[in-house]
Amino acid sequence: MIHSLFLINHSGDIFLEKHWKSVVSRSVCDYFFEARENAGSPENVPPVLQTPHHYLISIYRDRLFFLSAVQTEVPPLFVIEFLHRVAEMFQDYFGECSEVVIKDNVVIVYELLEEMLDNGFPLATESNVLKEMIRPPTILRSVVNTLTGGSYIGETLPMGQLSTIPWRRSGVKYTNNEAYFDVIEEIDAILDKSGTTVFAEIQGVIEACIKLSGMPDLTLSFMNPRLLDDVSFHPCVRFKRWESERVLSFIPPDGNFTLMTYHVSTQNLVAIPVYVKQSIGFFESGSCGRLDLTVGPKQTMGKTVEGMMITIHMPTAVLSANLTATQGSHTYNPITKVLVWDVGKLNPQKLPNLRGSLSLQSGAPKPEENPSLNINLKIQQLAISGIKVNRLDMYGEKYKPFKGVKYVTKAGRFQVRT
Amino acid sequence: MTPMQKLLQLPVNAVNMVKTVQSQVQGFQEEAKSPVLTPDGGQQTWYNALQPDELRQLRSAGGGGLGGGGGAGDQEERAPLEEGGGITSGQTQLLRHDDLKEMLDSNKDSLKLEAMKRIVAMIARGKNASDLFPAVVKNVACKNIEVKKLVYVYLVRYAEEQQDLALLSISTFQRGLKDPNQLIRASALRVLSSIRVTIIVPIMMLAIKEAASDMSPYVRKTAAHAIPKLYSLDPEQKDQLIEVIEKLLADKTTLVAGSVVMAFEEVCPERIDLIHKNYRKLCNLLIDVEEWGQVVIINMLTRYARTQFLNPNVNESLLEEGGGGGEKTFYGSEEEDEEDVEDKETKVEAAAMAKRKPYVMDPDHRLLLRNTKPLLQSRNAAVVMAVAQLYFHLAPKAEVGVIAKALVRLLRSHSEVQFVVLQNVATMTIKRRGMFEPYLKSFYIRSTDPTQIKVLKLEVLTNLANETNISTILREFQTYIKSMDKDFVAATIQAIGRCATNIGEVRDTCLNGLVQLLSNRDELVVAESVVVIKKLLQMQPEKHSDIIKHMAKLTDNIQVPMARASILWLIGEYCEHVPKIAPDVLRKMAKSFTNEEDIVKLQIINLAAKLYLTNSKQTKLLTQYVLNLAKYDQNYDIRDRARFIRQLIVPTDKSGALSKYAKKLFLALKPAPILESPFKDRDHFQLGSLSHLLNAKTGGYQELPDWPESAPDPSVRNVEVKESVPEWTKCSSREKRKEKKVEKPFYSDSEGESGPTESADSESDSASGSESGSGSEESGSGSESEESEDGSESEADEEDEEEEKEKKKKKKRASIKPVQQSESEQSSEEEEERNSGKKSKQRKSDSESESESDEEDSESESSQSEAESEDSESEAEVKKKKKVWGKRTDPVTPAKPTCKPAKKEGKKEKKEMSLLDLDDFEPAPSPQVTPVSTFLSNSLVTDLEGLSLTDSVLAPATIAPSSAMKSYELLHRITGEGLSVEYCFSRQPFSPDPHMVAVQVQFTNSAGSEAKNLHMEETKLQSGMRVKEFPEIEVLPAGETATVVMGIDFCDSTQAANFQLCTHTRKFFVSIQPPVGELMTPAFMTENEFKKEQGQLMGMNEITERLKLGDRCQSDHAIVQRVAAAANLSRVPCGSDKECRFAGRTVTSGSLVLVTVATREEGAAQLTVNCEKMVIGTMLVKDVLLALTQ
Repeated sequence: MIHSLFLINHSGDIFLEKHWKSVVSRSVCDYFFEARENAGSPENVPPVLQTPHHYLISIYRDRLFFLSAVQTEVPPLFVIEFLHRVAEMFQDYFGECSEVVIKDNVVIVYELLEEMLDNGFPLATESNVLKEMIRPPTILRSVVNTLTGGSYIGETLPMGQLSTIPWRRSGVKYTNNEAYFDVIEEIDAILDKSGTTVFAEIQGVIEACIKLSGMPDLTLSFMNPRLLDDVSFHPCVRFKRWESERVLSFIPPDGNFTLMTYHVSTQNLVAIPVYVKQSIGFFESGSCGRLDLTVGPKQTMGKTVEGMMITIHMPTAVLSANLTATQGSHTYNPITKVLVWDVGKLNPQKLPNLRGSLSLQSGAPKPEENPSLNINLKIQQLAISGIKVNRLDMYGEKYKPFKGVKYVTKAGRFQVRT
Repeated sequence: MTPMQKLLQLPVNAVNMVKTVQSQVQGFQEEAKSPVLTPDGGQQTWYNALQPDELRQLRSAGGGGLGGGGGAGDQEERAPLEEGGGITSGQTQLLRHDDLKEMLDSNKDSLKLEAMKRIVAMIARGKNASDLFPAVVKNVACKNIEVKKLVYVYLVRYAEEQQDLALLSISTFQRGLKDPNQLIRASALRVLSSIRVTIIVPIMMLAIKEAASDMSPYVRKTAAHAIPKLYSLDPEQKDQLIEVIEKLLADKTTLVAGSVVMAFEEVCPERIDLIHKNYRKLCNLLIDVEEWGQVVIINMLTRYARTQFLNPNVNESLLEEGGGGGEKTFYGSEEEDEEDVEDKETKVEAAAMAKRKPYVMDPDHRLLLRNTKPLLQSRNAAVVMAVAQLYFHLAPKAEVGVIAKALVRLLRSHSEVQFVVLQNVATMTIKRRGMFEPYLKSFYIRSTDPTQIKVLKLEVLTNLANETNISTILREFQTYIKSMDKDFVAATIQAIGRCATNIGEVRDTCLNGLVQLLSNRDELVVAESVVVIKKLLQMQPEKHSDIIKHMAKLTDNIQVPMARASILWLIGEYCEHVPKIAPDVLRKMAKSFTNEEDIVKLQIINLAAKLYLTNSKQTKLLTQYVLNLAKYDQNYDIRDRARFIRQLIVPTDKSGALSKYAKKLFLALKPAPILESPFKDRDHFQLGSLSHLLNAKTGGYQELPDWPESAPDPSVRNVEVKESVPEWTKCSSREKRKEKKVEKPFYSDSEGESGPTESADSESDSASGSESGSGSEESGSGSESEESEDGSESEADEEDEEEEKEKKKKKKRASIKPVQQSESEQSSEEEEERNSGKKSKQRKSDSESESESDEEDSESESSQSEAESEDSESEAEVKKKKKVWGKRTDPVTPAKPTCKPAKKEGKKEKKEMSLLDLDDFEPAPSPQVTPVSTFLSNSLVTDLEGLSLTDSVLAPATIAPSSAMKSYELLHRITGEGLSVEYCFSRQPFSPDPHMVAVQVQFTNSAGSEAKNLHMEETKLQSGMRVKEFPEIEVLPAGETATVVMGIDFCDSTQAANFQLCTHTRKFFVSIQPPVGELMTPAFMTENEFKKEQGQLMGMNEITERLKLGDRCQSDHAIVQRVAAAANLSRVPCGSDKECRFAGRTVTSGSLVLVTVATREEGAAQLTVNCEKMVIGTMLVKDVLLALTQ
């Protein structure tokens, strides 16, 4: 299946290569570099490329390209999904996935890759199993290791691979047993010029952080499971229970993981928490334009909107922006042509406003399109769909865990057309 | 010492060996250092030449003093590089590696570790570290796990290049293979198989074979992983590897399943037969297999299902194709008398018949669909995609919709995932637009999407456009056109063009919109619009001459070659619409000819030629000028074109006959182009595959086969109890063979539910073959498998024989030597019990293995069995269908030896009853045949007569002759302890409910004492069926007979109605199954009505069969009698005496059933049945055919 993996940084250097079958010359990457050149932006590089002897399947993540070479038929999503899993594993191990970190931990990275694939076929991709075999570096451990000559390799054999619940490490012990769930909802929306909703939906995800000893068997139930329209689960969730009782029953992995993602049924009208009054215009002559933005809360269920941020990709002709904001800070990057207005907390009494003029390249024609606004926001302690966790029960262990649920609403792909 | 440390301890002598080799190598290297020495490869086999790319690396690195390899062997290759002071750098390189070697040789683990880390870092960066091999390999014996792990990494990377030295590590792994710890065994096998050294192939083979039967599933999993490694190393081992795969496929653990299927796909994807026995197991395990294995298994099962099951959408596709012209091929025209023609025709007919069979899904097919569905909820996009493609390729049209939601969900994922998913969605939307229509808005484009995603979304939106949503889509497109991303705008314009061609209503709107775009400031946009407008105008040029004029003006401004060429072509093509402008355009073009691009030049020549032909007065000179320019063009295509056109259009004395037709050639009406999606017909690639994405076959791609015409034997998937096989091969008597069939455990049953299935099955057959009892049917199919039959007649004969034999047998059983009989039965019963015990044991072990995967599994198990009961019905239907199929279309193929567990149950029941009867020595009387007429009340006869008097001539024929009224046994008097029950279909309308079939039940009490409280209980019915119970008979004195009538609504199916017959002491399980002919009531209509109705029931609803009338039914009267006996129909008056017509309606739904028998010379005849319900129709044909040919 997966023959080789190349990690390529933003400037096009191959800084790591790993082969699972015989060695594939790194000159195959030349085809990729060519495509990269043609594509313009890195997001536009086709994920699958055909070369005379190999197929190159790549992902772009955290400003790195993960490029794999395959030789035979393989479902492309299989490889793509796996590469993302690798990136997530790096994130999990080192806290971030960047060139520097990978280079610093090249030996661990190599060992991880060795365990994750065997002959190009995924072997162990569960973080719990891998962490038993190869311990993630921590500051304390690295200090100890340098003093004692200890290693990152686990001393015990990874039994997780053998069990029927490969996602959970065996023999977990905590002094404080805790289980936290974050219900995070994102609003995906497209609003048109006049502020009417073209399209809006809510996507939710439940992130769990479980620190429980032994083999707890958890059951999480909702007050209103009917809201959930489409769901996908971590493999630990028992699908049959969900089908029949609409409860999540699972033996959790140890640590952080995504328990489920869901989509709120489209019948429910989506409450749009903010509105934007905007007027962006370019003048026919004089090569300038003006911009006037006002944002205000709309349906926030009495909560405060925080972390409000508006990002605008300006037309290429816009050279600079001379703006004043009544609240927050704003920056315009003349190279990427991105205007960012970081509003911060939204105060209903005093609506934030950003206005001023834009200067265009002289002689350039008036841009045809007004740029659309991308909105970011955050509302604490609110799940905009109204979903509520009812209770969490634990079976199989005797102790009493501490349980916590947190709700957050965010803007996902929230776009206002102008 | 931890177990991990135990792994890989080199035997002492091995270490010594390494040491000696090491010293030798060092010797070589010292020699190599001497610049005088020229290397002559001989003893340095272990230094493989550097690969070219590595060399390049070296070159680039060379300047910085990192000479790379530094081994003796590559000196030659490095020669050019070392010219400028390279030697020193080489020496530093060697020195550097020397310190690594030193570190590796030291006694301190920490130093070794440090060295190994540096080496691995080198490997990771792609630097060559192969010269360190000898120094590294001896550390295989190191006690430190981390060092050892890194040594493995090194070994796997370089063993291929240093085969001889790599051999030194082998014995360590071999020892590891014997370790008591499963993880060590597994890891030893893993490294051993990863070393690509040809010489150890036999060792690997042995290790894999042993590991395949290891106790630990984890080791077996590793063995499965090792298979493709060995295969790629030495393809000659294929046969042996297939054996191992076969063995591992039978493994019952989830851990192994994914890996072995992966091995199967890489080594022998064509051996689909290996899957049969494991199919159901794989389906059931699927949900607990790890994600990556699920993907591989699902993809493989998709292919498997395509070879084994029938197309669930076959009827639809037939409808689509069929339409009007279908019938003429199916139904023979009378003129064709020659035999061979006839033969062919019957074949065609047979095939058509086969196609028209109502589709019933194989339960295994259903199983696959059911068990994959939950995986749509997987977090893994690849799994979701795999299930989606499975449903797309395998599910009935109505069920495919479930995947849409899941696929739309994936659109929230990373952009690469979106890219792949959208490609597949685009393909799907072409075939199944409705599926994604509700999700239209999810494909709306955001300005932040990458261009490639935007273009794909656009594609999907275009595919989804139809009359109802086009206005929303166009409004959306309007915002897109203003986008800054010009490639995307161009794609949008094309999309608008496609919407315009596909949906006539909006063509003008689109065209107007596009024309507006012509004044856009961006040239690309204008150019794209021109190209699209050109295509649209071609559809209706007359209406749009003003647009053409407008475009002619654009030639001054537009510079994009393609757009210019398009405009010129348009003007040339429609020059008669713009007679004044065209020559002027040509004038301008002639002026700028030399500066144009090639495609524009060609179009200028074209325009000139066309104008010359239509308007030679004005353009003659211009044309000549252009042609002259073109004559000296640099491009040979243009020169050729000019020469060619000059010859064609300018009449000279030499010009041939063609020039006369020049006008026709140039100004022929051109068909408007069809704007097609690039995703059209991509679905012949398996969706979700790399090949689909690239729209080209990739290496190792397995074609998705077409659906088979007829389903291969489904019984291959039955899992047999192995031990019992030899026993059965000995059996010779038919009875035992029957039992063998009985033996096979059938996957889906849990005992209780199979009862109805089987009886339904057997009885449907008895209905068609006028056989009685379930046993005869069975033997019938058995004999079919042995003797090849060739013709329906002989088949019928045989069935007769069968029937007779069966009767005899029955008699024997009943009367002769009852003791012995029951004894043998007892023994067989015992045997059966034993076997069923075995079976249950097996089942238990099954469930055991599955219960490994925690309680979740057991849950799924139970719910599965629940679900299965739903399936049993369709299962029965499938079998039925197959049987019909086998007989009709392909007499050579042996009838499917489907095992019928249900049958077993039925029989067991019977036997049990006779066992109970052991002490009843009294010779049984021959089965009582009570004449039906006795309980057919006189009034009924008159009633019937009265009804049919509409046509007095036919009156006698409409009444079913009493002899034809067959009675069937419901309860034998021996099993019933003296109570015998028979039933017959009285053909009376059942007054309480007209949708029920009246069944007359006659109780005869031949026991010594009276029977009390005769009533029925616990009806077990198929869904939709209803029963109206007969009133309780309170007392039935000894020797008396009582008759009651009950009503059953069979729902127009031949499924049995099962219920319990209770007396005051006992309960008997009985079932009533109607012959198809009893499911209808006579309908009275005139000839005209008949013809009219028949006309409406053509095509699929008509079944025609040729036959030869039996000796005794040549006459009209006989035909009428036989048909009326076979089915409850009334005769319809008919003008011609060569035809007999009958009409009826099904009891439950009231669908018309029309039967026509047209006689020919010499006893030949043609039977036509028209019925909306195709199942009823086909079965009726069979019955009537049988009745007429006897």
